[in-house]
Amino acid sequence: MSKSYRDGLPISPENFVDQLMRLKRGSIGRRDFLGLTGLGIATAVMAREIGIMPTPAFAAESLGDRMSIATWPNYHDPATFENFKKDTGVAVEVNVFGSNEEMLAKLQAGASGWSLFVPTNYTISTYKKLGIIEPLEMAKLPNFDGSQEDPRFTGEGTIEGVTYAVPKNWGTTGFAVNTKKLTKPMTSWKEFWDTAMAEGDSRTMVHDYQLTTIGNALKYYGYSFNSLKQDELAKAEELLLKVKPHLFAVSSDYQPGMRAGDAWMTMCWTNDGAQLHRDIPEIAYVLGKEGGEIWTDFYAIPKDAPNKPAGYALLNYLMNPQVAVKEHLANGAPSTDARVNKLLPKEVLDNPILYPAADLLTPLEFGAAATLTDPGRAELMARFKSA
Amino acid sequence: MLLGPATAWLVVFLVLPFIAIAVFSVGERAPEGGYQAAFTFAQYANLPARATAFWNTMVLAPIGALACLLVAYPVAYYLALRAPQRWRLILLALVVIPFWTSLLMRTYAWMYVLGGRGIPALLAYIGFEDVRLINTPGAVLLGIVYGYLPLMILPIYVSLERLDRRLLEASADLGATPLSTFLSVTLKLSLPGVMTGFSLVMILLLGEYLIPTLLGGGKVFFIGNALVDLFLQSRNWPFGSAIAITLVLVSVVVLIAANRISTRVSGARRVDLI
Repeated sequence: MSKSYRDGLPISPENFVDQLMRLKRGSIGRRDFLGLTGLGIATAVMAREIGIMPTPAFAAESLGDRMSIATWPNYHDPATFENFKKDTGVAVEVNVFGSNEEMLAKLQAGASGWSLFVPTNYTISTYKKLGIIEPLEMAKLPNFDGSQEDPRFTGEGTIEGVTYAVPKNWGTTGFAVNTKKLTKPMTSWKEFWDTAMAEGDSRTMVHDYQLTTIGNALKYYGYSFNSLKQDELAKAEELLLKVKPHLFAVSSDYQPGMRAGDAWMTMCWTNDGAQLHRDIPEIAYVLGKEGGEIWTDFYAIPKDAPNKPAGYALLNYLMNPQVAVKEHLANGAPSTDARVNKLLPKEVLDNPILYPAADLLTPLEFGAAATLTDPGRAELMARFKSA
Repeated sequence: MLLGPATAWLVVFLVLPFIAIAVFSVGERAPEGGYQAAFTFAQYANLPARATAFWNTMVLAPIGALACLLVAYPVAYYLALRAPQRWRLILLALVVIPFWTSLLMRTYAWMYVLGGRGIPALLAYIGFEDVRLINTPGAVLLGIVYGYLPLMILPIYVSLERLDRRLLEASADLGATPLSTFLSVTLKLSLPGVMTGFSLVMILLLGEYLIPTLLGGGKVFFIGNALVDLFLQSRNWPFGSAIAITLVLVSVVVLIAANRISTRVSGARRVDLI
């Protein structure tokens, strides 16, 4: 990029990223939109621009001067990467993704260029099977303390005694309701789907994601979120096809619709629920009492990472509780690390959206690897979307 | 020798990718998704599983192109035959300038214009409560017309601009009403431009997925959406490739048909579509 081109820019890269971050916060949903549309690539290009800026003279030699991370929208405190650059001289290029499948597709194709990425629990065994993630050298991660991690959320990072991924945060999949528009109190997935066809007609959104949309339709009948049984999936399909004409949208980008008041109810991930409720108090976050999904996002390092030293350095930096606590305050998802929880303000720990009561957590299920890759569920989703 | 670079360009960017897709389309989906080598036509046999998506696309493409045409023709007519000479260039530039911004950005802007805090909020202000514009078929049609309008206006403008004005005078001198002059002279002579614009917009619409996703709420499923899902979500590359090949074949058939029709109606004048 020539110097004259950069001079001609009406807005500086830093300024642009600030603006973008501000717009992204609260206006774009977690998984789907950025990755789907390529806005993530735009962010990545801007981050690369920053990478061209002169790095501090004290840059550690062995870490290089740049690395790239693949993660989710609204998922980090931008200051984290700025501070990491100040400390180490390594500029972090942030790639924002729409779905786990997309991340998998990119890594499978090779040469992703990432030195760190944020997969969800149910994908790690697939990555391991395909041999595209690195067994972690725990000696390089002194800030990580396994004994402080809640074992419920860390299990899937370790396969046959080898740790491939360490947890970032956990969360749940419930639904968000605008209680001014839908005044009847709701506590279950049955009510979610029934309301979608009644008072919530043409105002309800479901994820554009087979795992959660089919999973939560299965919960209507009390079946497992991960069911692969033909007859149970057939019942879920029947329900989905019946609900389809009543929906406002099939999209994982639900924050704009909920904020504008076009949508009154949506399937929703914890962190989006917390952000919506923070800004618009009448939007409540509900966990279906039948159960549903609980998830953990991990950090992992691809086998073909171009800058493994920086990948480890950033991962170790993110595992520092002082850093992690800021991350959690920014993205709104609950931490798996007891050391971080000690540092979080009381009102965060008391927030039932982030830390639901135990009886609501008990029936939740982690998504399974087979659920995500099942061709039958993919076809069911296609029939639902094209109906 | 000038053909060298052009041929190389075509081979690298058109022929090789097409061959790769063709090879994928006779393969199998690997257990974890992606592609594994095989030789089977199972993917093609499975095409009916996306019949609805094909059907939706076949309905959307001509309707969208027609709506675009109805809006574009008067604009092109005004630009070519009515606008004052000194304004013409500026007006043409105004038609083209929105193209400098990506379609994604412009469509995302419409999401906010049509969303609850946009036009519906204004309508509520003057007494029409709870009007919903976003995620309706009308919103999708609006997005399509808006997005592809310049592609329709420009070819029609070019053919009208080339129109010999003396023919219009002759028609009037011979007693034709303005309407019949328009129908039998202006319209007929601009048909090559109309068909070019129509086929251009229609072919792009055959692969459209962004506008229905953003302005239609993802409730209407076009073949473009099926492709995105197959490659990025379920990672069934072979089936996606088979659909892509079928879509290319359909596009070629549409092109040939459009060419035939316009050659016939415009009196055997050759039409360049590309």
